[in-house]
Amino acid sequence: MKYDSKTGRLVKAERLTADVYDFILDCPELAAKARPGQFAQIRLPGHTLRRPISICGIDRERGTLRFVFQIRGRGTAELAEFRQGQELEILAPLGNGFPVDPDKRTLLVGGGIGVPPLLGCAAELKENAVAVLGFRSESAVILEQDFKAAGAKTLVATDDGSYGFHGLVTALAEREEFEMMFACGPSPMLKAAAKLAERRNVPCFLSLEERMACGIGACLGCAVRLRYAQTDCKFPFGELDTKKGARTTPKLPDGQKLSNGQFVTKETLPPDGWYYGHVCKDGPVFDSRRVVL
Amino acid sequence: MADLRVMVAGVEFQNPLIAASGTFGFGREYSEFYPLSVLGGISCKGITIKERPGNPPPRVTETPGGMLNAVGLQNPGVDHFIEHDLPWLSKQGTKIIANVAGNAPEDYCQTVEKLNDAPVDMIELNISCPNVRQGGVQFGTTCEGVYGITSEVRKHCKKPLMVKLSPNVTDISEMAVAAESAGADAVSLINTLTGMRIDIHTRRPILHNNTGGMSGPALLPIALRMVWQTYQKVKIPIVGLGGISTAEDAVEMLLAGAAALQIGTVLFTDPYAPVKITEGLAQYMDKNGVKSLSELTGGVKPW
Repeated sequence: MKYDSKTGRLVKAERLTADVYDFILDCPELAAKARPGQFAQIRLPGHTLRRPISICGIDRERGTLRFVFQIRGRGTAELAEFRQGQELEILAPLGNGFPVDPDKRTLLVGGGIGVPPLLGCAAELKENAVAVLGFRSESAVILEQDFKAAGAKTLVATDDGSYGFHGLVTALAEREEFEMMFACGPSPMLKAAAKLAERRNVPCFLSLEERMACGIGACLGCAVRLRYAQTDCKFPFGELDTKKGARTTPKLPDGQKLSNGQFVTKETLPPDGWYYGHVCKDGPVFDSRRVVL
Repeated sequence: MADLRVMVAGVEFQNPLIAASGTFGFGREYSEFYPLSVLGGISCKGITIKERPGNPPPRVTETPGGMLNAVGLQNPGVDHFIEHDLPWLSKQGTKIIANVAGNAPEDYCQTVEKLNDAPVDMIELNISCPNVRQGGVQFGTTCEGVYGITSEVRKHCKKPLMVKLSPNVTDISEMAVAAESAGADAVSLINTLTGMRIDIHTRRPILHNNTGGMSGPALLPIALRMVWQTYQKVKIPIVGLGGISTAEDAVEMLLAGAAALQIGTVLFTDPYAPVKITEGLAQYMDKNGVKSLSELTGGVKPW
C-alpha cells in the first residue's frame, strides 16, 4: 500500500517567530520514504479537514520529519499549541517532490513561509545550493542558519531593509549563476522567479499551495491550471524529472483520450491550452512552464 | 463475525458502507490504503455525457463540523469512464454505482444508455449537485422536476435506478415520493446543503463559486431527520448519507430508516473510516443480538 496515516510523537515543538513554529515528529517509516518538496496531511482533533504542511527536513537516521509552519487560521493556531511529547497523526509523504540533482548548481528561491520546503533540497545539494530567502523584516527571518549549516551559499533579503539585502529576493537571484531553480513563495515572487529562469534558459520548478481536502487526488479540490506540453519546447516537460521528482506532463492531446486519465480532450480544450490538474497529486512541485500562474 | 450484508433494489452489498460520490474519485487513490473490497460499494465521481473541466479554485474550505465544496463536476466523461476506469474498478470486489449528472434530460438518458451494458451494478441519478448552474439540481427541487427526469431516465435505464435527493427543498420526502412514483428503485439522501463562507479581509467568498455544498458531521442530525421522514412516506429502500463518521452514527442512520449507508467527508479526516465503521457495526450487532442489519432499518421508536 502506497499510503499510510501514522501517529508520531513530537520530539521538538518550538516557536521560531511571532507566528512560525518548528516541529520535529518521530515517524521512521514515513521519513524513510519522504523526498524534499513532498508534504504531509496533519490531522487536528475536532477538525474535518487535515492541514497540508510541507516537509522541511528529513532525517532518515533519526527517523524524523521536520515541519516549519505559520499560523494561518484556527487550525494552524491549534496545531501550534501542540507540545513536545504529544502525538500527531499524519498522512505522508504526499505529492511529488523537487527533482534534486546534487551535481547541478541549484538556486533555491524562497519567500516567507515558502522557505521551509527548500531546506530539504539544500540538505541534498550541499555546496551546490544557492539559497536566496526573502522575508518581510528581520523579525520574520527563519532557517538562515539551517541553510548555511547545509552548506548552501545563503543570502537574505527583507522588504523593509531591516536585515540583509533591502529589496526583492528575485533581485538578489539576478546576481547568481545556476543551472536549475527551485522556488516556493507568494505568487508574484514565483512569477518573477520563473521569468528569470526562462531568461537564463534554466529549468525551474515551483512548489504551489491550494486549499485541499483529501490530499491524494480523489476529491479534486485543490485545482491548479496546467498547460499541455508543447512538442516544440526546448526542455520537453518532464525531461529533467528524476524518478521520484516532479511528474511528466501529457502531450497536447490530438483528439485522443489521454492515457493518464487527465480530463480534457482537444474538443473541449480551452483556447490557451490548459486544464485543471490538482496540487496534491500532480504537484505540489511543478515545472514552471507547465503552470498557469 | 456478524453478517453485514444488505440488499438494495435487488443488489446485494457485502456491507452497508458505500463510498459517497465525489469523495472517492474512481477508487484508485483509496486503493492505495486498503483493498476496495472492504467497502460494500462505491458511488463514483459524478459522470456526465461529455468531460467537464470543473470550477476555478478555491473549491474547498473547512467549516465548523464540516466543509464546503464546489468542485463543479470535474470528470472525464462517460466514454472515458467506461474505457479507462471501469475495467479496473469493476474487478475490485465491491459493488459499483455510477453517479450520473447532466444538463438536459437527453444528457442523462444518453449517459445511462451507455452504461446499460457496462459492468456497473446500479445507477445513482444526481439531480442535486448544487455547484454547477446546470448540474441537474434544477430537476431536483420540485416534485414535477423529480418525477419528470426520473420517469424519462427510467425508460432508458436497464440497471437498478437510485435517485439522489437534494436537502435544499421544503419537504424532501415529497421528492422521494415523486421519484418512487416515477419508477425509481431506491433513493439516496441527503446531498450537500448549500452554504457559504466569506474572507473578512478580502470580503470575497472563500469559494470561487461563491457558494458550495456543505458536508460533514454537522449534517448528521439533518440527514437523520430527513431519512426518518422519508422512510414514513416511501416503500423503496433508502440509502442514508450525510455526516456519518462513526459506527454509532451508522446505527442511527439505519434506525432512522436507511437500508444502506454512504460515507464521504469522513474519509478526508480519516481515510480508514470505512474499515473502522464496519468493525464497529459488527461489534454492535454481536453485542445486541442483531442477526441482519435489515432488522435495524427504520427501527427507531418515536415518542
